[in-house]
Amino acid sequence: MDGIRFVLNGRDVVYEGFATDRLLDALRGTFHLTSVKCGCKEGECGACSVLIDGALYNSCCVAMGFVMDHEVVSMEGFRETKQFKVLDHAYGEVSAVQCGFCIPGMILASHALLSKNPEPDEKAIREGLSGNLCRCTGYNAIVKAVSLAAKEGKGLW
Amino acid sequence: MRKKDHSPKVSGRSIYVDDYSGDGVLTGKMLRSSLAKARILRVNVPELPPGYVYVDAKDVPGDNNVNIVLDDCPVFARETVEYIGEPIAMIVGPDPLEVERLVASCRIEYEELSPELDIRTAKTAFFTYEYGKGDVEKAFKEADKVYEEEFSTGYQEQAYMEPQGMMAEPEAGGKMFVHGSLQCAYYVHGAVMRALGCKPDGVHIKQDVTGGGFGGKEDFPSILGCQVAVAAKRANAPVRCVFGRREDMEFTSKRHPSLTRYRVAVKYGKVTAMDIDVIFNSGAYTTLSPVVLQRGLICASGVYNIPNLHVYGRAMKTNTAPTGAYRGFGAPQTYFAVETMMNHIAYDLGAEPLEFKRGQMVRQGDSTSTSGKYHFPVPLPAMIDEVDGMCGYRKKRSLYAKEQKGRYRRGIGLSLWFHGAGFTGSGERDHIKAIVKLRKNADDTVEILAANGEIGQGVRTTFPKIVAHELNIPLEDVYYEQPDTARVPDSGPTVASRSLMIVGELLRRAAIKLRTVWESGEVQEVTEHYKEPDFMIPFYLDKFQGDAYPTYAWAVCAVELELDTLSGFSKVLGAYGSYDVGTPIDYDIVLGQMEGGFLQGLGYSSIEKMEYDGKGRIRNNSFSDYLIPTTMDVPLMQCMLHVEKYPDGPYGAKGAGELPLVGVPGAYLEAMEQALGHGTRLHHIPFSAEDAMEELMKEGR
Repeated sequence: MDGIRFVLNGRDVVYEGFATDRLLDALRGTFHLTSVKCGCKEGECGACSVLIDGALYNSCCVAMGFVMDHEVVSMEGFRETKQFKVLDHAYGEVSAVQCGFCIPGMILASHALLSKNPEPDEKAIREGLSGNLCRCTGYNAIVKAVSLAAKEGKGLW
Repeated sequence: MRKKDHSPKVSGRSIYVDDYSGDGVLTGKMLRSSLAKARILRVNVPELPPGYVYVDAKDVPGDNNVNIVLDDCPVFARETVEYIGEPIAMIVGPDPLEVERLVASCRIEYEELSPELDIRTAKTAFFTYEYGKGDVEKAFKEADKVYEEEFSTGYQEQAYMEPQGMMAEPEAGGKMFVHGSLQCAYYVHGAVMRALGCKPDGVHIKQDVTGGGFGGKEDFPSILGCQVAVAAKRANAPVRCVFGRREDMEFTSKRHPSLTRYRVAVKYGKVTAMDIDVIFNSGAYTTLSPVVLQRGLICASGVYNIPNLHVYGRAMKTNTAPTGAYRGFGAPQTYFAVETMMNHIAYDLGAEPLEFKRGQMVRQGDSTSTSGKYHFPVPLPAMIDEVDGMCGYRKKRSLYAKEQKGRYRRGIGLSLWFHGAGFTGSGERDHIKAIVKLRKNADDTVEILAANGEIGQGVRTTFPKIVAHELNIPLEDVYYEQPDTARVPDSGPTVASRSLMIVGELLRRAAIKLRTVWESGEVQEVTEHYKEPDFMIPFYLDKFQGDAYPTYAWAVCAVELELDTLSGFSKVLGAYGSYDVGTPIDYDIVLGQMEGGFLQGLGYSSIEKMEYDGKGRIRNNSFSDYLIPTTMDVPLMQCMLHVEKYPDGPYGAKGAGELPLVGVPGAYLEAMEQALGHGTRLHHIPFSAEDAMEELMKEGR
């Protein structure tokens, strides 16, 4: 074997470690992608969320073997997209960002939700973000931001 | 308007302490006590590979005590350990996994001692305070009725999303640079200076981007800061220690559990006296307990005008992790008790609690519990009506009071409270003595020099807004960086809802000063010092008398819930609040504070349960068994602002951050009592689904 090949933020990469290593540790340690936050390391908080083939995963619960030949996107890649621009603007409009630690995961969760359901009502937004903990905001502003992004980004998702 | 820290945070570019490159940085891991009380006979350390270092109390070059209030908490354990998880030593080295393996291979020989774990029988009171007014004995003698009840509250974990983390880097000339996730750079500065035994300029502290604090990063970073600094000094290399979630939940500070007893005298349908006994579980060391207890005692009689009052409080030592600051700082415990007590008296008198309470609320000019004065208008009556208007409180309250049949039952409750704005007692005047500076650059941009940390509450935005407004220059031209004690004066800690009200006002005055001397193209600097407002009745801690706070932020909240009588689970149908924090400097930021605090208060009332077992070990140390609210828990939460301007705050602003959490449990439990019906009286939080089941089972008997 010559490493685990996968696509990371649009680039072909090879991971030289073990197939049982955590994706979270590989992203932060090997690839220096520090937008991926470690909040609990047991799949409860969502701070380490990334997209794998467009679906939302807690990277702390994904083994490296799982991503072989798949596409992983972290905030470092996602922030170059049009969808990010819309979410960035919407989150900013309603001051949804406080301490910021949950935010990269929350933004990716928002994108994953809108990709599945481009016109979510409030209940759907709350369900879509329910795997991502935020201790600062009480969630109202974040829900509002996603709702606004859905309107402003019509056609993008 | 974009918050100044929005872009770096939303794009994931912000660098938190764990995000700095690890090249050349040693990882530190704690060797912790596995017993609640024991004498350490010997630590058998495995042979360390080159580049790995074992650091303990012997390596502390200065004083092995962390400077907090009484300085009794050791940097590394002395001859005894006093709680499970107490740091005995730290092993540092280049490979985190190898460090972990080495820590796990250490063998500690103990002589086990018997721990104190029950606050009812604990022997050591770290702090005792007593105060009162009027003639309590006479009031009880003349009372129509006397009520006596006991209340208890549990731990609450701050659960900031970013766990505790600090890093120390030796610098040229023997200096030490310590930075990390923290609220109070100068607290850490004082502590590290003492542990290293160096002069003020021998160490400097910077706050990194911080992923939430809520009080949890008020005193704890001083302890961790000393530990990494000592290790970095010993290893002569940068050392970083970032906690895992379980380690953080189990071994760092959290809200004090409490036990309160209320004896209340009632005459002609009104409360004439309260005799209150408060016990807080302080844990193994004193840390911030004196100040937490003081705040809890000051508001133990709630928002009511109680002419005869006796309050007695103790912070007890137990062999558990030291408790500390958490949003509300002692007040949520006593507010829960007094609000619930008042409700229970009202039920007994056949009165509706809100009307009973409304008739006894303090008004402007009344004396405070500590014989100070409510100098400014008390807007509670209008705020009650606002909340009633938001949710139809009175209507629902009488509707749900009728007998409810069927599987689901509803209840609604309402709570009233204040939060003293700023540091308790004479702290601002005698201890903190805040200083701020403004530096005008040659390009006419202005930098704010202050020590208050952005922890999500928005000071990197609101401080510049104040200065830009006063100087009449664009907001982009005013900036506030992460504070570093080497560059900024001590404007005091980021605590007690004081940053905006106290430091914001100093900045406003500094900006006026700068405006009057402004010379375009010149480098200029102005300084402003704290002065206590003239109207204050000086507070003396020995007498526990005077104005404990210059002014108060006020709040009213209502909680409506639906209880499933089959499962015991309840759903919050609506949470409504009106808050007077004076003038909002930024409406969205203030609203975000109110909503976030409200949800933390609802968690504290219901699902956030943490306990220790008979050995003193915390049983709930992860997000799987210590639950915090998700997006799904409170789908309907409405907050509004009621503005009563405070003349000595910037543009009328008062303290905001802690207020929304403080009084929530009273409303939650009142709603729960109504949903349970059958004259149920509850006395503790968190009130869980299991607790509800237990009450429902009683009905069946």
